[in-house]
Amino acid sequence: MPLGIYEQIIMKQTTCFHCGDSCTTDHIIFDNKDFCCHGCKTVYDIFSENDLTCYYDLQQSPGATPKDIQGKYDFLTNENIIEKLTEFNDGNNQIVTLTIPHIHCSSCIWILENLNKLNPNITASQVNFGKKTLRVTYKSKEISLKELVLLLNRIGYEPYISLEDFNTGKNKVNRRLIYKLGVSGFAFGNVMFLSFPEYFEVEEFWLDQYKNVFRWLMFAFSLPVVFYAAQDYFISAYKGLKSKLLNIDIPIALGILVLFIRSTIEIVFDLGTGFFDSLTGLVFFLLLGKFFQQRTYNFLSFERDYKSYFPIAVTKIDYNKEIPIQVYDIKKGDRLLIRNEELIPVDGILINGNANIDYSFVTGESEAIKKTSGDKLFAGGKQTAGSIEMEALNAVEQSYLTQLWSNDIFNKNKEDGFTSLTNAISKRFTVAVLSIATLATAYWLVVDASKAINVFTAVLIIACPCAIALSAPFTLGNLLRIFGKLKFYLKNASVIEQLAKIDTIIFDKTGTITSNKESKAAYIGETLSTEEEALLTSTLRHSNHPLSRSLYDILQKNDIVSLNHFEEHLGQGIYGTSNSNSIKIGSANYVGKSQQDTELHTAVHISTNNAYKGKFTFYNSYRKGLSKLFKTLKKDFDLAILSGDNDSELENLKKLLPSKTKLIFNQKPNDKLEYIKHHQNNGANVLMVGDGLNDAGALAQSDVGIAISENINVFSPACDAILDASKFDQLHNYIKASKTAIKIIKWSFVCSFIYNVIGLYFAITGQLMPVIAAILMPLSSISIVIFTTIATNVLGRRLK
Amino acid sequence: MSVIYVLLTISIIIAVLFFIAFIKAVKSGQYDDDYTPSVRILFEDELVKTKPNKTIKKQKSN
Repeated sequence: MPLGIYEQIIMKQTTCFHCGDSCTTDHIIFDNKDFCCHGCKTVYDIFSENDLTCYYDLQQSPGATPKDIQGKYDFLTNENIIEKLTEFNDGNNQIVTLTIPHIHCSSCIWILENLNKLNPNITASQVNFGKKTLRVTYKSKEISLKELVLLLNRIGYEPYISLEDFNTGKNKVNRRLIYKLGVSGFAFGNVMFLSFPEYFEVEEFWLDQYKNVFRWLMFAFSLPVVFYAAQDYFISAYKGLKSKLLNIDIPIALGILVLFIRSTIEIVFDLGTGFFDSLTGLVFFLLLGKFFQQRTYNFLSFERDYKSYFPIAVTKIDYNKEIPIQVYDIKKGDRLLIRNEELIPVDGILINGNANIDYSFVTGESEAIKKTSGDKLFAGGKQTAGSIEMEALNAVEQSYLTQLWSNDIFNKNKEDGFTSLTNAISKRFTVAVLSIATLATAYWLVVDASKAINVFTAVLIIACPCAIALSAPFTLGNLLRIFGKLKFYLKNASVIEQLAKIDTIIFDKTGTITSNKESKAAYIGETLSTEEEALLTSTLRHSNHPLSRSLYDILQKNDIVSLNHFEEHLGQGIYGTSNSNSIKIGSANYVGKSQQDTELHTAVHISTNNAYKGKFTFYNSYRKGLSKLFKTLKKDFDLAILSGDNDSELENLKKLLPSKTKLIFNQKPNDKLEYIKHHQNNGANVLMVGDGLNDAGALAQSDVGIAISENINVFSPACDAILDASKFDQLHNYIKASKTAIKIIKWSFVCSFIYNVIGLYFAITGQLMPVIAAILMPLSSISIVIFTTIATNVLGRRLK
Repeated sequence: MSVIYVLLTISIIIAVLFFIAFIKAVKSGQYDDDYTPSVRILFEDELVKTKPNKTIKKQKSN
C-alpha cells in the first residue's frame, strides 16, 4: 500500500525544526523543514518573513509550540491591572517586566531582544537570562499590553502572569552586599599600599618624616570599612548576645572592634603603625565569603504560596456582559466564567457547564472529578473541559485552600531554630579565647604590667576567627553550585547542613515517586489477534484524546492499516472500521459492557465486531530507580510514604519497596503537616519530598523540604530545595555528599585552629608585630579557601 | 611641600575616581545580571548575515 509506506517513512523519528519534539500525527513539511504541528510552522513563518531565521542558527530547535489562549488575556485591557503590572506608564510609553519560563538559550535572548523587528512600536526589549524575565518598553497607544502578550505567545514565548506579579512592578533590587564588598576591597587595597613602607623599614629618615600622613590616611580608609562594610557583624553579634547565643559573629565583631580601637590609639600616641591592613583585609575576606555563599538561583523561587499559582484576573459575568476583574475584587455572589485550563480562584457553586475539575494541586489526587450544577467547587481546582459558570461563595483569602497558608508554620523562618556547625563551634571558641586572653593578661600584669593591655588586645586580634568563619561559606557555597549543575537546586547553603542531619524521609506519592509523564497500562481480557491489534493502534492514532494518545504511545507500533471509517464520540469513545472488522474503544458503557464494576483506576475498554474483549487499565508509572533508591536509603533512614490518593496502589508499592516502609493513604494536606510534626516531636529530623501545593504545609513543617519537579520552569511550592525529576534516583548520593561536606568543614576548622595556635604564641609572648598579623591572617584565610574548594570539587566529581 | 604629598593626592584621587565608577556601575544595574550581556555581545551581526542566506535559499526553492 503506497500510503502505508509513506506514513511509515514519516514515523521514523523526524524531529520538529522549531521545537525539537518528534513529529507524529500532524507532520507538516514546509520550506523543506519538518514541523510537528501547525503552531510551530506558523512561528517559523513569522520569523522567516521578518528575516529572523537566524534564531535557528544559534541553537538547534530552540522554540516552543504556541498555545491556544483564546480570551485568556482579556483581563489585560483592564486599566487597573495594567497599572499594577507596569513599572512605568505615562500614557504614551509603558515599561513592563514579564516572566517568560521558556527562556533557555541564546536563541531566546536573540529573538526576544529583536522584538522590534516584529512590531516597530516596541522600542526596546531586554532579557535577564538568570531571572528569565523580559523588560519591554513600548508605545502603548500603538500596541497595548494585551497585544504585546499575544505577540509573545504567537512566537511561543508565553509570559506567566500570576497573582504574585500584582505588586512586583516596582520592586527594588538589594545591592547592599556588593557595595560593601566594593568599599572594603577598595580600602583594603589602598591600606596595603600605605602600610607597606613600615613593614620592613624602621627608623629611617624619610619614613619618620611622613609616617603620620600615611597612618592617618589608613585611618581614614578604615572608617567606612568599620562603620559601613562591617555593620552586619556588629548587628548580628548584638542580636546574638541579646538572645544569649554565642554566635560566630561575636568574636568577629570583637576582633574588628579591638583592631580598630587599638590601631587608633597606637597612631594617636605614636606607639606604632596599627593593624589597619589586617582590619580591612579581614572584613574584605569575610564579605567575600558571604558573597560567595549568597549567590543563588534567580530564576527559581523558593517562597511560593498560592499567589504564584493563582491568576491575576478572572472573568465576571454581569448582566450577560463579560468583564475581567481582579481576583482580589471577587465578592460573595459574583458570577464567574472559568474557561478551559483556568484555575478556580475562589470556593463557589457550579451554575452551569460541564465541569471536570483537576484537583491535583490541592489534594494530590490525579484523576479529574466530574461535577454537576449545584455542586460545590473548591478554589485551586483546574477546569479541564470547556467553560463553566460559577457563583463565588467568599473572597479569595477565605477559601479552603488559601486558609492552609494561615497556619503559623508559613511565618516561621527555619534557619532561626537551627544552630549551624559554625555557631556551635564558636560557642566554645569564644569562651576559650576570652579565657586565654584573661589568663595571659593576668600573667603579664605580674611580670611586666606595661605589656598587659598589649597582650590582651593582641590575643583578641589574632584569634579573630576569620578562617573559621570562611570554611562553611566556601565549602557549602561551592557544593551549592555543584548541586546546581546536577539539577539539585538549594534555597541556601544552610540546607546542606540540615540535610546532613536527616534521619527520616517522607515521600509524597503522586508526582513524587510516580512520574507524571509516563504511565503504564495493563491489559486484562481475551488476547487480541494480530489483526485486531493493528486495528486498535490504527484507530487510536486518529484520536487526539489524552488517553488515546498515551495508550498509543505505550503500545507497540504495529503495521498501520488504513481505516475505512472513523468516528469519535466525545466523552464516550472512538469507533473505527477496516475491511470487514470494526472496533470500539472507550468507556464501559460505550463498548457495550453492561455492568460496571467499581474501578479505582482509569480504564479503556475494547470490543471488536461488537464482542467485548477486555480493558486496558492505567497505572501510575514509578520513577526510574525507585526500588533501588529505597533499598539503599533504608539502611540509614526511616522511610514513609504519605499519599493524598486512595490506596489502590498499596499492593504494588508493597512489592516495590522495602518491607519496613510505612505506607499511609488518604492524607489531607493538613494531615501530612501534623504527621511530620508528630515525628519531629519525637526527635526525628524529617526530610519531606513532595511536589504539589497539597504538600506545601508538609514541606514547610519538615526540617528539609524538597520539591520534585519534572520541569523546573514550571512552578513548584515553597520549599528548601528543588530536585529535577530526572535526578530522583541520585537523592541518596546527594545526602551523602552533604554529610561529607560537613566533614570537610570540620577538617578546615582543624587547620584554622593550627593557625590560631601559631598566632596565639606571638600574641601571648607579647611580640605580635603588625607584619606578622598581616601575613598570618590572609595566609590562613586563603589556604582555607583553597582547601575547601579543592575538597568540594573532588567530592563533586564523584557525583552524577 | 614635598613631592610625596602631590603623589599621594594624585594616587588617592585616581583611586577614588575608580571607586566612584564602580558605585555608578553597580547602581546602573550592571551587576544584577552577569550572564545575558556575555551572550548579547556576540549578536549584532546576525541580522546582516541572514539576508544573503535568505536570498540564496529562495533562489534554490524557485
